Amino acid sequence: MLQIITGAISLGLLWAIMTIGVYITYRILNIADLTVEGSITMGAAIAAKALTGGVNPYLAIILAFFGGMLAGLFTGILHTKLKIPALLSGILTMIALYSVNLRIMGTSNLSLIRAETVYMPFQAMGLNQNNAAIVVGLICVSILVAILYWFFGTEIGSVIRATGNNPHMVRAQGVNTDLTIVIGLVLSNGLVAVSGGLIAQSQRFADIQMGTGSIVIGLASVIIGEVLFSRNGFLSKLISLVLGAVIYRVIIAFVLKLGMPANDLKLFTAITVAIALALPIFKEYLQTLKKSSMGVD
Amino acid sequence: MLIVNGLYKTFNSGTCNQKEALINTSIHVRQGDFISIIGGNGAGKSTLLNCIAGVYPIDRGSIVIENTDVTNLPEHKRATVLGRVFQDPMMGTASNMGIEENLALAYRRGKKRGLSWGISNKERSLYKEQLKTLGLGLEERMTTKVGLLSNGQRQALTLLMATLKKPKLLLLDEHTAALDPKTAKKVLEITDQIIKEHNLTAMMVTHNMRDAIKHGNRLIMMHEGQIILDINGEDKKKLTVEVLLDRFGKVSGEEFANDRALLS
Repeated sequence: MLQIITGAISLGLLWAIMTIGVYITYRILNIADLTVEGSITMGAAIAAKALTGGVNPYLAIILAFFGGMLAGLFTGILHTKLKIPALLSGILTMIALYSVNLRIMGTSNLSLIRAETVYMPFQAMGLNQNNAAIVVGLICVSILVAILYWFFGTEIGSVIRATGNNPHMVRAQGVNTDLTIVIGLVLSNGLVAVSGGLIAQSQRFADIQMGTGSIVIGLASVIIGEVLFSRNGFLSKLISLVLGAVIYRVIIAFVLKLGMPANDLKLFTAITVAIALALPIFKEYLQTLKKSSMGVD
Repeated sequence: MLIVNGLYKTFNSGTCNQKEALINTSIHVRQGDFISIIGGNGAGKSTLLNCIAGVYPIDRGSIVIENTDVTNLPEHKRATVLGRVFQDPMMGTASNMGIEENLALAYRRGKKRGLSWGISNKERSLYKEQLKTLGLGLEERMTTKVGLLSNGQRQALTLLMATLKKPKLLLLDEHTAALDPKTAKKVLEITDQIIKEHNLTAMMVTHNMRDAIKHGNRLIMMHEGQIILDINGEDKKKLTVEVLLDRFGKVSGEEFANDRALLS
């Protein structure tokens, strides 16, 4: 039991980085960016290929970061320069990345059984695999939250936040919104790829399919975090995302433990997210029902 | 100051919805001019302002602001010398961000934005002072999200944002049209006050004839994409609604039949 929970927490922390990436596009830029489905796999593919080539595992994560940023840049250019709708730009990059990732890996599944990983120094200290992943995850997430809190408070960060809110106003204040959108997409996909690299090192393989449905997992985590810990202030928002990602994994672990077939997992997640996204509509409907019944009285 | 020369702008060119919004429009705005622009629906007033601001490209003509040809500059580059307030109160501010954050974004108009903190304590006291001059009590609500403000408060804030960094030209695109009459009056008073205080050059589009007559030193009337009247100085001071209607009829050969312009 304990192992299931620590396993879920460690996975949640690694996916939290991806969740923060999704938050940057979905909430801050107000774009549903499907590039992440490809860039999380890309991060895993780059890290795995680098590790099998004997590259330092930390350097492998940095390489994954740059790969993801490149993917975000590609989507950004499709969207801002070629004026392709954001959703479609993301889909195009995602599809293109499928081939790119196969090329990077050279195969559809790359094992890392013998490779050195970022978790090994902690395992050498006596931690088991899950706990080592939790420690690495906590360190990465803390650093990331601190950096992003700072970045989105700076002059550039402020205009990126304003861009998703009201691009007209941002242009009227002399800022090129094409540029701010691209910066946001680049940053987001870089983080998603880092997450992919860490996950691959943790599960000790990279697989071409691992990104499938990741956008929905990211959205589910964002929404769980917002619903359960919704506070004002950017720092508490970032922390709530991390908690959301962890809680999502804990819920999934319990549902599986209760006997749901693993094959139904994606269906379960999709339904959960659909319900969560529709909550405002349900609330409104309930309120009008209440009002109309009061009118009859 | 601003020289607009032979401007043409056609929307939906080549379709059945083709609309010639501006036809050979030229205007010379002098330093310190406060021009009110009036005209019926579809006269080209807002199009003229949007073309000056670079919201959409023009078909022909040139736009020069203080000896700089901005005809081919994108919107965000022109914004460095322009202050703008829009008809829709939602357009001018970021509703998810605080009052002070919005002001900080506006304070950096035309400056290169880097990785220093988005707002400093020194600025906060400046914003507080400036907000006080609006007389709306916003100086006590610096961190309030702008989305929680009323339309009138938002327009007043947008006005302050547009002039926080003194613009070479202030463009007001029916900025009181979405407000109730009392709030509209208050926002117009604030507009007058800010323009006088900073000695601004301004162009204000309005549907309201009385406002157009009362405010500014120069009045322009537009009709079907062209400027058909340009009155200034002493003639402007003597204007009445009746005279304006009469002149409009004579120049355009039509009646100025617009309830919004007459009744409000």
